[in-house]
Amino acid sequence: MSNNVHTVASGGNRPKPLSPRKSPPSFAWVGLLPFLVFVVLFLFLPSLSLFIGGFQDPKGNFTLENIRGLFTPFILNAYWVTIKISFATAVMGGIVGFFLAYALVAGGVPHWVRSSLMTFCGVASNFAGVPLAQAFIFTLGRVGLLTIFLREVLNIDLYAQGFTLYSFWGLSVTYLYFQLPLMVLIITPPIEGLRREWREAAENLGATPSQYWWHVGIPVLMPSLLGSMILLFGNAFGAYATALSLTGGLINLVTILIGSQIKGDVLHNPNLGYALAFGMVVVMAVVMSIYYALRRRSEYWLKQ
Amino acid sequence: MKKNVFWNWLWIIISLVYFFIPLYATFNFSLKARKGELSLLAYQQMMEDPRILRSLIFSTQIGLLTILLGLLLMVPTVYWVRLKAPRLRPVIEFISLLPFVIPAIVLVFGLIRTYSGGLFPLTNTYTGTNFLLIAGYVVIGLPYLYRSVDAGMSAIDVITLTEAAQSLGASWTTIMFRVIIPNLRSAMLGAAFLTLAIVLGEFTVATFLVGLKAFGPVIWQVGQNRAYEASALVIISFIITWVLMGLINYVGRRGAADGSIAAGPR
Repeated sequence: MSNNVHTVASGGNRPKPLSPRKSPPSFAWVGLLPFLVFVVLFLFLPSLSLFIGGFQDPKGNFTLENIRGLFTPFILNAYWVTIKISFATAVMGGIVGFFLAYALVAGGVPHWVRSSLMTFCGVASNFAGVPLAQAFIFTLGRVGLLTIFLREVLNIDLYAQGFTLYSFWGLSVTYLYFQLPLMVLIITPPIEGLRREWREAAENLGATPSQYWWHVGIPVLMPSLLGSMILLFGNAFGAYATALSLTGGLINLVTILIGSQIKGDVLHNPNLGYALAFGMVVVMAVVMSIYYALRRRSEYWLKQ
Repeated sequence: MKKNVFWNWLWIIISLVYFFIPLYATFNFSLKARKGELSLLAYQQMMEDPRILRSLIFSTQIGLLTILLGLLLMVPTVYWVRLKAPRLRPVIEFISLLPFVIPAIVLVFGLIRTYSGGLFPLTNTYTGTNFLLIAGYVVIGLPYLYRSVDAGMSAIDVITLTEAAQSLGASWTTIMFRVIIPNLRSAMLGAAFLTLAIVLGEFTVATFLVGLKAFGPVIWQVGQNRAYEASALVIISFIITWVLMGLINYVGRRGAADGSIAAGPR
């Protein structure tokens, strides 16, 4: 999952079509056939088959029963937990990531610190899934290094106080390891886009730093901030490997539920499984639409 | 201003501590396979575990084939769009971004449902399943592939180059291999390393299609019962990610570097 607020989709200098030729333009799509066939076979058909399956009963007749089935407490709860954890990590990662990115951009920090932390963010945002979950088990698991350090040295017994890594908050702390760096990577270009002249103009007019932020900085950055957090939300929403290997499938997330459904029809209704999966696509589609709408708004201020 | 610098450093130090501790804890653990002393025993055991090397080779092969298929698909398509069908460009861009909307677990679910029977029962054979895996990875990598190749193409004037080559009598193959592709080298390399980074440790799609043949599921399996080896594996896969990201930065002009913001399925 990615994006970059700063890539203005490189659409600025759209190439002009070749000077008119004899070949009629209606054949231009022929060259796109391989791509289109591939996309139809491996992206559209699989999605469509889930979509259709979600509206069928086991015999193949049309039904809305599966959609109704999505609104039963167990499945609603799975969606709710998934949304909650995606929201929590998006907000936390978003806020801390913003401050970290700002700290790196604002200056007062040696260049090598900045560039090596940025590189690290690139690595960490790609370091996810099974290895990440295991790293956190070695850290905050029952016999993890940090757990033991806190207990032996600082006398804080995390697990006695009800914390476990294999729970909502444990999962959140782990997700942050890729959410936070991703936020730094996508919010840095908009922060860099805040022009020095705006600040100077505000100061010349007698604005205090907080007035500058309240009336200039935050309004300009707000679409990027919200957009980035929404992207983080989507990023966590589809996570499967990290959650599975951390909790062993004990947490009721939609992705985990779909995984169990593929393995062994835990819902006792394959078609409900298809509806469940397609429901994720619907949520993601909403999320990404909001993201692109916000991105367009942020580009308004940030383009040169 | 002094106060600001203090706060900046505070955020940096908090983040550094948070980033550093899990790596340190894992590394520390990986050195303790032999009781009472520090040793590289875990790494040695890991090297001697045949599953690991075998699966790493398998995943690398899948990764290379994914790169090949992905570039074969995207380079001519993006080139063609710029040259002949600029009006279709937003359509191709939109389609290429669609995989963002489909979580890996949903994609593999759909692939299995579509290709485990029916007209193309791909999952009945090993070759078919491997191909399905590669196709799935191309789909997951599509947004990054598109962005890299497209950025690479916009850095050169495709139309002028093509017309110049044509007026000198070059054939289409000559134009493609001696004019366009050499100019796209860094964008293509960036896309390649990124794809490799996504495929090598990928778990979700691999586990449902090929299971323990692939590296990601093997890391998971080792983690279930052999903690020391697992910690060594975590360190190794972190290093692999680091190296691949370093290579992306190294070859990267803007296009490729942008792509490094990408990440594979979680």
